[in-house]
Amino acid sequence: MPPLDNAISPFDDENLDTVHKAIIFENVSICFEGDTPVLDGVSFELRRGETKIILGVAGSGKSTILKLCLGLLKPDSGQIYVLGHDITTMTEEELFDLRSKVGIVFQESALFDSLNVRDNVAFRLMEEHLPEAEVEKRVRESLSFVELEAAIDKFPAELSGGMRRRVGIARAIITQPEVLLYDSPTGGLDPITSTTIIELIMKQRDVFKTSALMVTHRLQDGFTLATHYFDPATKHMKPSDGMPSQDIRTRFMILREGKAVFEGSAHELGQVQDPYIKEYIS
Amino acid sequence: MELISPFDFVKRSVLAVQEYAYLSLHSLANIFRKPFYMADTIQQADLIGVGSLPIVVLTGMFTGIVLALNTAKTLESFGSLSMTGRLVSFSMVRELGPVLTSLMVTGRNASGMASELGSMKVTEQIDAMRALGTDPYKKLVTPRVISTVFMMFFLTIISDLVGLVGGWIISFFMLGLDSTQYWNSAYQILHYSDVVTGLIKPVVFGFIIATIGCYFGMTTKGGTQGVGRSTTEAVVWSSVLILAVDAVLTQLLLVLS
Repeated sequence: MPPLDNAISPFDDENLDTVHKAIIFENVSICFEGDTPVLDGVSFELRRGETKIILGVAGSGKSTILKLCLGLLKPDSGQIYVLGHDITTMTEEELFDLRSKVGIVFQESALFDSLNVRDNVAFRLMEEHLPEAEVEKRVRESLSFVELEAAIDKFPAELSGGMRRRVGIARAIITQPEVLLYDSPTGGLDPITSTTIIELIMKQRDVFKTSALMVTHRLQDGFTLATHYFDPATKHMKPSDGMPSQDIRTRFMILREGKAVFEGSAHELGQVQDPYIKEYIS
Repeated sequence: MELISPFDFVKRSVLAVQEYAYLSLHSLANIFRKPFYMADTIQQADLIGVGSLPIVVLTGMFTGIVLALNTAKTLESFGSLSMTGRLVSFSMVRELGPVLTSLMVTGRNASGMASELGSMKVTEQIDAMRALGTDPYKKLVTPRVISTVFMMFFLTIISDLVGLVGGWIISFFMLGLDSTQYWNSAYQILHYSDVVTGLIKPVVFGFIIATIGCYFGMTTKGGTQGVGRSTTEAVVWSSVLILAVDAVLTQLLLVLS
């Protein structure tokens, strides 16, 4: 990716540590229609290698945060830094380059329904005009990661909800992005399929150390990520049981009416005394 | 139905015109900016051009037939039946060929574009495309605009020719006119400016069809109901704009010629 003019050096502002922080939100506010803000002065940071679970009731602005991270929406006020770039001042053209380093899994997968699984997963590589053999190799690698190689020639309409979500993950990780954004990846799925998806997110976190923001309203998904690690030997997740050797960096953020009302670890979330949060997690 | 204040109505209308102007200008500017989506353009040209051929041929043929039947009745009362070819040719090439072809293509393709892009919009496929680093205006809008403009030019020529053949069928088989006389009079009435007028119009109308179809598709809101609404609005606005621009363009080209 060519260097962008508005890339900031970590030394430009001592408060902006872009070496260790993948995403920084500073007092971000956004309104759609009407005067009620969807996000009202939200500030948070996503450290590199960290997974942040964003919780909140429907309409609290969770998905808006992900769209802001990609520049799909522009905030009314505040600054958003993604991988060292102030994306609030970037043009759409500049954002296209930056987006190759950020992958997103949409709530309903958002697969291109006129393309088969291969072409969906390979979309970004084909846009970059990579050689066909290279594209085929990386598509198969990506589909193998989500254990869906057999569905390579199928169309989205022929896939189940869980399979579509897995293809969405394969499409998001094919360029090995530095940041992954998951928008309710287990929404509407049965418990077994949800566990499979969470295991894949965990695998991406623990094997590739990718920073991630995960929006969900399923508290148990967040706690599973915070209390388990992916074991490459058995290719399944295992409870960490507080083992210090397992570097699990999963933190939580709770949104309420456009404001961040909690940010901390799973342990801190369990200790919180705020009545709203206690009711939310109970 | 939602009631809105006149101020909000004006604000929304101005915003819609601004967004349409933005999309139209971008679709033109993207013709000269990389990447070029040649395969998508050819695919759209096939869908729009080849796909619309049957309805354009049928419309042209029946228009020519009806023109010959109607004008013959009037001309016969003046003893000028031999001028049937002139009237069919002049009407088809200057006016009816471009306008009726455009209206047919609007019904088939502006609706298709609005529903296809609208479905992509409401299922977040457009957002996914942007998130994957691809400009949807370049990949989806510009190929549709180029191919519609390009194919409308040729579809109108085909429509004009088929309309003349329809007029000839009536003139020869029903009115008993001589073939040579029909084609000679049809050819001689046309001046260079008539042909130019008849070929400038479909290019402008093609641009209206594609940009209106894409605009309503790209601004779709409200799920499947919204897709239906966008499709209807695309056809209505495209048809109205074609007729309104036709009136302006006809006068303008008459003055210029």
